[in-house]
Amino acid sequence: MSDHATTVSRGGLPVLKPGHTFGSVTDKISSIVQTRQPKSWWFGFAVGFTLLMLFLYTTTYLLATGIGIWGTNIPTGWAFPIINFVWWIGIGHAGTFISAILLLLKQEWRTSINRFAEAMTLFAVSCAGLFPLLHLGRPWVFYWLMPYPNTMDLWPQFRSPLVWDVFAVSTYATVSLLFWYVGLIPDMATLRDRTQNRFAQIVYGMLAMGWRNSARHWHRYQMAYLLLAGLATPLVLSVHSIVGMDFAVAIVPGWHSTIFPPYFVAGAIFSGFAMVVTLTVPLRWLYGLQDFVTLKHLDNMAKVMLATGSMVGYGYACEVFYAYYSGNPFERYIAIDRMLGGYAWSYWGIVICNALAPQLFWVRAIRRNVIWLFVISLITQTGMWLERFVIIVTSLHRDFLPSAWHMYYPTIWDFTEFLGSIGLFLTLFFLFIRFLPMISIFELRELVSDKSE
Amino acid sequence: MSQHDGERASKELLAGCMDDAQADGQTACGARHYDWQAIRARLSAASGREYWRSFEQLADTAAFQDYLRHEFPRQAGEWMDAVGRRHFLKLMAASLGLAGSMGCLRQPDEKIVPYVRQPEEVVPGKPLYFATAMTLGGYATGTLVESQLGRPTKIEGNPDHPASLGATDAFTQAAVLSLYDPDRSQTVMHRERIDTWSSFLSALAAELPALKSRQGRGLRILTETVTSPTLADQLRALLEAMPEARWHQYEPCGRDNVRAGAKLAFGEYVDTIYRFDRADVVVSLDADFLWGMPGSVRYARDFVDRRRVAGGDARMNRLFVFESTPGLAGAIADHRLPIQPSEVKPLARALAGRLGVEAAGSDMPANVSQKLLEAVVSDLKAHRGASIVIAGDGQPPLVHALAHAINGQLDNVGKTIEYVEPAEARPEDHAASIKALVDDMAAGEVDLLVILEGNPAYNTPASLGFAKHLVNKRVKLAVHLSQHYDETSFLCHWHIPAAHFLESWGDARAFDGTASIVQPLIAPLYGGRTAHELMSVLLGEADQATFETLQKYWRKQIGEDDFGRFWRKAVHDGVVPETKAPARNVELSFDGRTPQAEEQIFAGGGLEIVFTPDPTVWDGRFANNGWLQELAKPLTKLTWDNAVYISPRLAEDEQLANGDMVELTVAERKLDVPVWIVPGQADGVISLSLGYGRSRAGRVGTGVGFDAYAIRPTHAAWFAKGVELKKTGRRYQLVVTQDHHSMQGRDVVQFGTLDDFQRDPNFLLADHPSKSREDSHRPFDLPSLYPDEKGSFPERKETDNAWGMVIDQTACIGCNACVIACQAENNTPIVGKEQVSRGREMQWLRIDRYYVGDIDNPDTYFQPMLCVQCENAPCELVCPVGATVHSSEGLNQMVYNRCVGTRYCSNNCPYKVRRFNFLNYEAFLHYDTEPQLAMLRNPDVTVRSRGVMEKCSFCVQRIQEAKIEAHKVNRPIADGEVLTACQQACPTRAIVFGNLNDPDSEVARLKKSPLNYGVLAELNTRPRTTHLARLRNPHPDLAAHQTGDTPSLDPRDQKIDKWLKDLEGGET
Repeated sequence: MSDHATTVSRGGLPVLKPGHTFGSVTDKISSIVQTRQPKSWWFGFAVGFTLLMLFLYTTTYLLATGIGIWGTNIPTGWAFPIINFVWWIGIGHAGTFISAILLLLKQEWRTSINRFAEAMTLFAVSCAGLFPLLHLGRPWVFYWLMPYPNTMDLWPQFRSPLVWDVFAVSTYATVSLLFWYVGLIPDMATLRDRTQNRFAQIVYGMLAMGWRNSARHWHRYQMAYLLLAGLATPLVLSVHSIVGMDFAVAIVPGWHSTIFPPYFVAGAIFSGFAMVVTLTVPLRWLYGLQDFVTLKHLDNMAKVMLATGSMVGYGYACEVFYAYYSGNPFERYIAIDRMLGGYAWSYWGIVICNALAPQLFWVRAIRRNVIWLFVISLITQTGMWLERFVIIVTSLHRDFLPSAWHMYYPTIWDFTEFLGSIGLFLTLFFLFIRFLPMISIFELRELVSDKSE
Repeated sequence: MSQHDGERASKELLAGCMDDAQADGQTACGARHYDWQAIRARLSAASGREYWRSFEQLADTAAFQDYLRHEFPRQAGEWMDAVGRRHFLKLMAASLGLAGSMGCLRQPDEKIVPYVRQPEEVVPGKPLYFATAMTLGGYATGTLVESQLGRPTKIEGNPDHPASLGATDAFTQAAVLSLYDPDRSQTVMHRERIDTWSSFLSALAAELPALKSRQGRGLRILTETVTSPTLADQLRALLEAMPEARWHQYEPCGRDNVRAGAKLAFGEYVDTIYRFDRADVVVSLDADFLWGMPGSVRYARDFVDRRRVAGGDARMNRLFVFESTPGLAGAIADHRLPIQPSEVKPLARALAGRLGVEAAGSDMPANVSQKLLEAVVSDLKAHRGASIVIAGDGQPPLVHALAHAINGQLDNVGKTIEYVEPAEARPEDHAASIKALVDDMAAGEVDLLVILEGNPAYNTPASLGFAKHLVNKRVKLAVHLSQHYDETSFLCHWHIPAAHFLESWGDARAFDGTASIVQPLIAPLYGGRTAHELMSVLLGEADQATFETLQKYWRKQIGEDDFGRFWRKAVHDGVVPETKAPARNVELSFDGRTPQAEEQIFAGGGLEIVFTPDPTVWDGRFANNGWLQELAKPLTKLTWDNAVYISPRLAEDEQLANGDMVELTVAERKLDVPVWIVPGQADGVISLSLGYGRSRAGRVGTGVGFDAYAIRPTHAAWFAKGVELKKTGRRYQLVVTQDHHSMQGRDVVQFGTLDDFQRDPNFLLADHPSKSREDSHRPFDLPSLYPDEKGSFPERKETDNAWGMVIDQTACIGCNACVIACQAENNTPIVGKEQVSRGREMQWLRIDRYYVGDIDNPDTYFQPMLCVQCENAPCELVCPVGATVHSSEGLNQMVYNRCVGTRYCSNNCPYKVRRFNFLNYEAFLHYDTEPQLAMLRNPDVTVRSRGVMEKCSFCVQRIQEAKIEAHKVNRPIADGEVLTACQQACPTRAIVFGNLNDPDSEVARLKKSPLNYGVLAELNTRPRTTHLARLRNPHPDLAAHQTGDTPSLDPRDQKIDKWLKDLEGGET
């Protein structure tokens, strides 16, 4: 074992800057939690919290008045809330993908980003989970979507994809939480041992669940972690497939398409990685984490975005082709309406943002330039939000009977609810940075040891 | 106030004290001389600091004591009670304590006694039906009104009444909402203050003797059209008693032209009754006889009965329509030509000339093709005695006279045309009548003006100046009887709340003279009075109830013998037997010359404007009826507004888009109004409907739309020339319920010609090979878990009933009666303009209107669209909670209580017939706090809360009721026993509902028709409601029907359509 780890992977870039020891890794990461936060943290938290209050205000008004405060109408029975739901759920895909699938694939570069990617997932899923509830006409009876014993022997209607959604999303949320928490246990113990504050010692101590760093602990721990990773892996694929089926099962032109499940999964990973990049770039700069989250990570994430973005672009092409090839006049109409109709801006928006923008990642210099990465990641997220807008709104606003066609326009409350959910996400994320190690300490230590062997 | 008074009093007191000279007996400072010794003694006796405020205090005078006691101003009363504060509190505590202990006691039993014998026929939950009649423009339509424990809740047509035959129009359907309108006037008002009926009586009593002594000079009665025999009798009695009094009539959407036309043709007033049931060819000269004319509901039935093909009898009448504004007749016409209203006169002359009317002259209309004219003439000639030429109410008397001459020439009189005694009590020219009244008002000759209903301050042309002269001081006393405290009431001295027809006794005549007794279903909600009562007051019989007046009149007519039986039968049936107007033999005495008075209508040139009664608010009287305000106008689908309709060409020339504000100048009067582009609007004509822009209508109607009366000229009430239209550059939001008029090449409304049908009854299938010949609405024979109408799943119990519906698009005239009937039956809320603009209207049934062909004169297709109760319903599959499920009888049911409101069902509904409660719509306009409106509810239908989905239920409550009745005697439900609300209201019986398992049922028979098809059946939804293809009967020499979508007005949509066309063109 050497103190000087030299971790250079095949691409030439290191996944961990050489020169780190167990101690330096532990010190660096735990100090973020244990010292005062920089002004930028307070700023970010304030922004997030303000938006969270906006969310609270809008939600209160919504529950008191009804979903008529939004622009949703007939024929566009779903609009912003469902767009937001699918968007957040999509974002919530990267974390588990990074943690579980890349773990099983033994991609060591996942180590330094998996923790906050998982946290991001969890918070994104929380935001996502709220929207289907809030969008209900009668949100107070949301639990009717779950099978629970009741005197009337009423069960949910299992043919409805919305019921599958309930199971898919809640399972995903549960497993993601477990996976994240299990991954945190050794680091909780580290924090418990390092903190001077009595209260924090108790809290971290309880969360560490008596972790004593024994070999037996490690043995069981790694088995559990691996099993959870195995459990989480199919979920990554299932959740968004099922969300895709919400649309594919319906007969609405523009929805009724078998390509939706894989296309949704690709889109989800695409937007999820974009969100990880969006968070990584400022975080590694603010907290000086360039040693742990190296250009190698950014480069790899850009490649994932390039791959998934291209898949999404292929999906767009397929949709148009299917509409043409099917000869179905309703599908054809929707395809052309998307390109030329009242919402054409959104269609060309997604083509530019999702299919074209990531193509810049073919250029190595752009993949390794944090500014470019950051900007493209934001473009991607905007594009992915618009993609859901295109799928949901344009398909619904002109379906079968021309007499029922109607434009959809959002109201101010549609925007406040959406911005507010970003507030919820940011607030949770800043609290996470403040109280928990945002990079897995023990896994990084493993990396140090692996690389030094 | 009291503080202010107190302050003033103490100031007075001080002033009084300081100025002895001012002091008088009233001030508290009565004592002017102080006991100085006593003062000094008191001061010296005082120990410590002594504060004093005046010498009076020191002197302790009686006056000062008095002042202390009256510390508060002298107005304030004194507390004379001996009970002091402490004692008072003691008593309070004790009584509170006792109250508490008393609360624990058992209240004594006070037993009420339930029905010993239940009142006859009153069974909670069982509605009763009473016959009555509703009038519009004076003419009655017989109705049967459903009463739920004394509350009228729904109006149906009276099958025994000649103007109804069981059907109604949209106004009649909506009348029940007007009854409960919380904005109705609830008290007598005197000069904007609440007053009482008795003080009104005394005010009137003060005037009457003087009037009587002057033989009634100065007394003026203003009514709308009067057909009521009793009211006419009262008026006659009054005019007899006071010969100098005058009775004026004014009806804003009246029939002056029709009357004058008859007079011009025959030299006397006669009513024309059209027998469409005997006519094979109908030519309409700007007449929309399917709507708004006296007898329209009946006419629609008769007319459509002669063009029902599905029944097997492949015969159709043929309708030619020349009209300026697209109307219902034009939409159903076999040939329609948009034409300027002033062009109708030359057209009528040309027709008459060619048919051999010598007096007609030889005019030739500019825009009518020779070919079309020849076709009309040849058809008319071929159907002598079986044709009708009908002139529109808006056309001048000459055109009517020409139509009479043509009908005479074609031997139609006595066959398809009947001339009868006028139903009106006194036919007269209303425009002249109101003009005379206004002139007299201006001249100060009107002392007492009694306005019996109507709203002349609003609905007379502004140029007439009725309102101006009403408020001048020369009209000494004006009394207005009306249901709302409206524009006229506001300007009158007295306002008397009027009773709604469902609250009052009365009588009225139908278009053919048949009288009906109007009977009340409920006591006046707001103490409304009837015109009869007011007339009784004027006649000096102040305490005579309307009922007595009515009976007195009819007793006089019928005689004492058997009156009881007569009365009972007349009231029960809703029709007074043998009152149909007697036929009149008239002689044509018409020289063909245009009367002098008419010349000025045709003078000048330029743009023409047409004023039309509004299809939803009529002349403005329904402005506060939310159902009607939210009802989409048949052709434009416009709601909550009126707009000036312009032709696509005018829009192009003037660069106008929908919603652009324009300034109209008609005879120097100006009005700013938004435009709406209407395909099929005649070039050179703009149309504006009356009845909007009310300033005192109520919560619903005030400030809605634009007041056409402001620019309606007195000399040309229906159309005028020389209109200026100027773009203002401003925009206005107009809200329609249907944004797209093209079918986009989709097979939504299938259509063909009678000729196609006769050659091959299955002609529709020629283009649709996928559809089976037997059952065209079921394209694929896929398995289903539900038994179909043939019960093809033997392992499942075959149900007795399989409900289904057929809508005959050849019969549908698009009149909207079904839409309101559905709304009234199913407690559907209104949502307001803003919500409609968001696409959230709640009506379960909508009538889609599509255009095909040339945008300047397209073919119009109406398609009533409601939940089609798919056997294979896409909505059911996707509901996560099973809130929408299928019944064994084939209903797609909506379980409101289970609905959580995901709206997935609506997204997946290809027909978009599901309606969602986005907000608590019951609270619209705070209507949820109005107890009256709760009385309106149909108790058999749940009122839906916010957040649930709703839709057409096939009137399941009516099905259940019939099932219970049938079950009681263990028999199957007979065909026609269950009528859905839409079906029952439909004037043309275009909607047929029934049991598909009964092979003899009407609906099963129609389903076998080769014209039957399911809308969007290619999606395999297997709709239970199917439509019959629309057939036309074109003249063989003229083009059959147009094809190809009418292009959209939106350039973006045009581009999409072009791309699609190119795509398809590239393939073939």
